[in-house]
Amino acid sequence: MPIPNNTDHSPGSLRRSYKRYLKERVIELLLFLAAFLSVFITFAIIYLLISESLVFFEHVSVWDFLTDTQWTPLFDDAHYGILPLVSGTAISSLVALVIALPFGTIIAIYLSEFAPFTVREIAKPFLELLGGIPTVVYGYFALLFVTPLLQTILPDLPGFSLLSAGLVMGIMIIPYVSSMTEDAMRSVPMHLREGSYAIGATRFQTAIKVVMPASLSGIAAAYILGISRAVGETMVVAIAAGMQPNLVWNPMEPAATITTYIVQVSLGDLPHGSVGYQTIFAAGLTLLLLTLVFNILGHLLRKRYREVY
Amino acid sequence: MQIFKPASGHTHSTVQKSVVNKLNFYYGGYQALKNIDMMVYEKQVTALIGPSGCGKSTFLRCFNRMHDLYPRNHYEGEIILHPDNANILSPEVDPIEVRMRISMVFQKPNPFPKSIFENVAYGLRIRGVKRRSILEERVENALRNAALWEEVKDRLGDLAFNLSGGQQQRLCIARALATDPEILLFDEPTSALDPIATASIEELISDLRNKVTILIVTHNMQQAARVSDYTAYMYMGELIEFGATDTIFIKPKNKQTEDYITGRFG
Amino acid sequence: MLPMNHPDNLNEIRTIIAYHKRWDLLALVAGVTALMIAILTFIALFGSMVIDGMPRLTWEFFTSFPSRKPEAAGILSAWVGTTLIMLVTAAAAVPLGVAAGVYLEEYAPKNLITEIIEINVTNLAGVPSIIYGLLALGLFVYQLGLGQSILSAGLTLALLILPIVIVATREAIRSIPVSIREGAYALGATKWQTVSDHVLPYSAAGILTGVIIGLARAIGETAPIITIGALTFIAFLPPSPIQDQFPFVSFQWLMEPFTVMPIQMFNWISRPQEAFQHNAAAAGLVLVVMTLLMNGLAIYLRYRLRKNIKW
Repeated sequence: MPIPNNTDHSPGSLRRSYKRYLKERVIELLLFLAAFLSVFITFAIIYLLISESLVFFEHVSVWDFLTDTQWTPLFDDAHYGILPLVSGTAISSLVALVIALPFGTIIAIYLSEFAPFTVREIAKPFLELLGGIPTVVYGYFALLFVTPLLQTILPDLPGFSLLSAGLVMGIMIIPYVSSMTEDAMRSVPMHLREGSYAIGATRFQTAIKVVMPASLSGIAAAYILGISRAVGETMVVAIAAGMQPNLVWNPMEPAATITTYIVQVSLGDLPHGSVGYQTIFAAGLTLLLLTLVFNILGHLLRKRYREVY
Repeated sequence: MQIFKPASGHTHSTVQKSVVNKLNFYYGGYQALKNIDMMVYEKQVTALIGPSGCGKSTFLRCFNRMHDLYPRNHYEGEIILHPDNANILSPEVDPIEVRMRISMVFQKPNPFPKSIFENVAYGLRIRGVKRRSILEERVENALRNAALWEEVKDRLGDLAFNLSGGQQQRLCIARALATDPEILLFDEPTSALDPIATASIEELISDLRNKVTILIVTHNMQQAARVSDYTAYMYMGELIEFGATDTIFIKPKNKQTEDYITGRFG
Repeated sequence: MLPMNHPDNLNEIRTIIAYHKRWDLLALVAGVTALMIAILTFIALFGSMVIDGMPRLTWEFFTSFPSRKPEAAGILSAWVGTTLIMLVTAAAAVPLGVAAGVYLEEYAPKNLITEIIEINVTNLAGVPSIIYGLLALGLFVYQLGLGQSILSAGLTLALLILPIVIVATREAIRSIPVSIREGAYALGATKWQTVSDHVLPYSAAGILTGVIIGLARAIGETAPIITIGALTFIAFLPPSPIQDQFPFVSFQWLMEPFTVMPIQMFNWISRPQEAFQHNAAAAGLVLVVMTLLMNGLAIYLRYRLRKNIKW
């Protein structure tokens, strides 16, 4: 069969179908917009918090906001010091972390290095279920079960306290910390463990001296993301810690956190555009900045251990 | 070395189906194919052989523009497809059009997790065939051509995963045949199969050569000798020797080809 | 120095091993104890609600509106509100989240914008839920003028669970081998045909798991709903979406005020009377059972999925 020996290799019938190409691009654009929505949400959050806060800072100086030791925006003698809210947040988070980090770590070590297969297969979903219980239910548990229980040991404990809110918050965060810590530990390759066992190390020695150091950045990430969870937690403290902004360092007292203040204002009926309305955005901005620092740090650390293995 | 040829009365054809002109291919900055010139003859089986990493699979995947799926790949040169006399590597050519005419069977059987029927019908469906009667007829034809019909005709609704490895690979061949491709590309189609399944696939390829142009990559020289009419030996991204399989296996011109074929290296 | 296998040395080694094994045992006991404490806590939490709330869980409790008289109060408006809001949340979060996941996994080029989107999704997952409430207050309630409506609340929770849906979609899609995609492409399928005919159907179960986990999270969310100002006494139902007159469907319910289960529970917890707290326990019990069922279903689906993968 004679083949025309010309050098014109034009695409002919193989040419790109314009209609099909266009349809594919339109679909791609729609999908991109959906993905880009997340960036838009972030910008919307930042824009909203900053713009409302700017109005707030026209009334209140940044210096007062950061140094005043009273937070009484709804009183006639209004003070706008964020410190009482920060202290409440810090204390309740601290109590939570004292519970969540050790317990979370011990459970993670057990599940990753000691537990038989069946125990792990049952315990992991169970912990996941615990983590899925609504926070308002944990709040109920803190106020109506843990506080009365603690009062039998500590008769001076008031009905609302940072202690019981923090304790329950800690219990709530355990599954979160343990599952991330365990993920980090299990990502340590088996041959590292085998190397340790081969020279006569026990399970515990292997866990402490080989697995944990090897997954350190992952464990640190779990801790930091746990802190961020505690700082941003709202309902448990709103229900069990009371809502008075007190500059306290004693967990046995009631106090407000940044989050509970926002809840408190939202429960009332503040007119849109008033200084009171803007305070919750200033408080929200503070909270966002705090959690953002922890989140970014946590994700950087997580990324690092994922890159290693 | 002995050559096994199925006595099929198949004759050599010299009608060009495709011509490769000065083909270069790059994965990012790495040049995987160097200046390849080759012919593909119509309704013949052409085998691509060579040591692993020589670029034979890369070369094969140029024919249906599979490299377009991944970023930073690019082609230089031409693969002319006849009778259109069009360069299928041209940016103006739609890779989808190319793949509709040049289909491919992969190393590992990759049936879709759908029924046997739907696997074979998929190519027809994306071409817009909706009539049940046409679909049924074409699916049956494709399955017969892939020598699978008798084994599956009573369970076309079963999930394709329930077939054996060899059956899955024949199903993938049926899937590719259902749309009457002009060229069928085989990328080491038997490397994941046991010897019996391999024999059945080889027999199938021999039977198909009267119907479709075939390009097959294989690391198994006996297989190339058994099934192909033409053989191309590649090494380090270059085409070292190309010719009729008998010639290549009995009287290779190139010392390197001879060393590889006689097993002195590879 | 004595050789390592000298009896004195061996004895010393045995002592050391025995000492280390004590630590092993201690770690084991600590681990089991910690798990036991977690289980006990759960039993205490569930038990205290059962004791206080169980007597209130009658048929009337589900069919009555909230009331000033605790023994007459029920959760009718709350569970209707929760159901309707979940509809809005799912309708918004599922298409957006799946589309975003598909884009990031199948389409996104490796460039700065993609990286920004990816970092963003991980960061959004860590933003406290009350911040979403503030966003919703400023954006939905005031700037878009949607008010304290079912639509506002549903969209707020949709934004909240969007990262969960996106991450689940990406993981489900990633588990589908490249060979399946290449099989479709080799037959001449376009990218979208490959995605819609193969990638999405085969990852549907994994995506569903993520959606259920996300909705279970949304059902229990309280703080963002409070923030949009929805803590009100609601003793009526929104108009039914299905009408007996043409055009038979109505979207008026989207703009109605509402209450939801966790809000109703919070409302009752804050009352000093013990009878209301029993109502809170009953509402909490319903809420916990709902979330446990949803999460349990998701865990079961995932387990089935892992067992069935045969790629």
